[in-house]
Amino acid sequence: MNLVGTLNEFVGHYNQWIVIFLMVAGLYVVVARGNMIKKLIGLSLFQTSVYLLYISPGKLLGGTAPIIAEGFTVYSDPLPHVLILTAIVVGVATLALGLALVVRINEAYGTIEEDEIFSRNDQD
Amino acid sequence: MAEATIFNAEALFNMALLTGLAVLTFGIARLRNLFGVVVLASIYSFLMATVLVVLDAVDVAMTEASVGAGVSAVLLLSALHLTRMEEAKPMRSTLLPLFVAGVTGAVLVWGTLDLPDFGDPTQPIHAAGPDYLERTVPETGIANAVTSTLASYRGFDTLGETTVIFTAGIAVLVLLKRGTRRRNPKPGEGGDAL
Repeated sequence: MNLVGTLNEFVGHYNQWIVIFLMVAGLYVVVARGNMIKKLIGLSLFQTSVYLLYISPGKLLGGTAPIIAEGFTVYSDPLPHVLILTAIVVGVATLALGLALVVRINEAYGTIEEDEIFSRNDQD
Repeated sequence: MAEATIFNAEALFNMALLTGLAVLTFGIARLRNLFGVVVLASIYSFLMATVLVVLDAVDVAMTEASVGAGVSAVLLLSALHLTRMEEAKPMRSTLLPLFVAGVTGAVLVWGTLDLPDFGDPTQPIHAAGPDYLERTVPETGIANAVTSTLASYRGFDTLGETTVIFTAGIAVLVLLKRGTRRRNPKPGEGGDAL
């Protein structure tokens, strides 16, 4: 394959690779970090990567936002936008519930670090 | 319709913004001060909203800027106020999570090689979109296809979404109310058992 072909392949898949990077970064933060607020932020990262995964294939190059108007013929796909609007709002509901749980855990244990909570449970 | 090539300005602009997102993600994962992490997450959401505008998803961009950068940041800062700002140093090794994340990422990247290119108009995801675009003005009179699809054609999704938010709201209220009662027990009435 020549150089321009390889570069075009790179441009064609760059969105998907960034989505994967954001996704595994979110996964890493959720698994590796013991702080519960940090874990929830990792979960949000994971969620936003899914927004991008849905929206980017709906884009048509040279197209415009799916609002019907004179002078435009090429519109991007409205369906992924609708699905992700729902996902964003559900995502913030999940975050709010998770944070409420973290606040309760902090009241009960005096810490939001996973390791400290586990060691306290082992002592009991 | 243009293909995604290195000479397409839209694709290149999009790539530059996405690179910024990746850099911010690295910062969010590394930083230990949680206040800083929340600020970075807010910047991340604004950058994500900009990417969504470039990808023609203006309604989603608006929601992401208000909900992702606004409401989420307020919720996170409130939670930080009630807990604490610094993250403790991890006691366990982070090698295993890194390995799991790396392997997952590698498998997913391998999977993308068969996926359609960015901006390809022939890919299967575009099977239903043109139908909604054609029907929106004659059937509903709404020029914005996202609005008409959300409220008219897929109204049940929105009903389900509202149910989820309602449930989450009640759960948050119940959790936080229990907390205040535990802190100030009335005479003769102990706190709830955990």
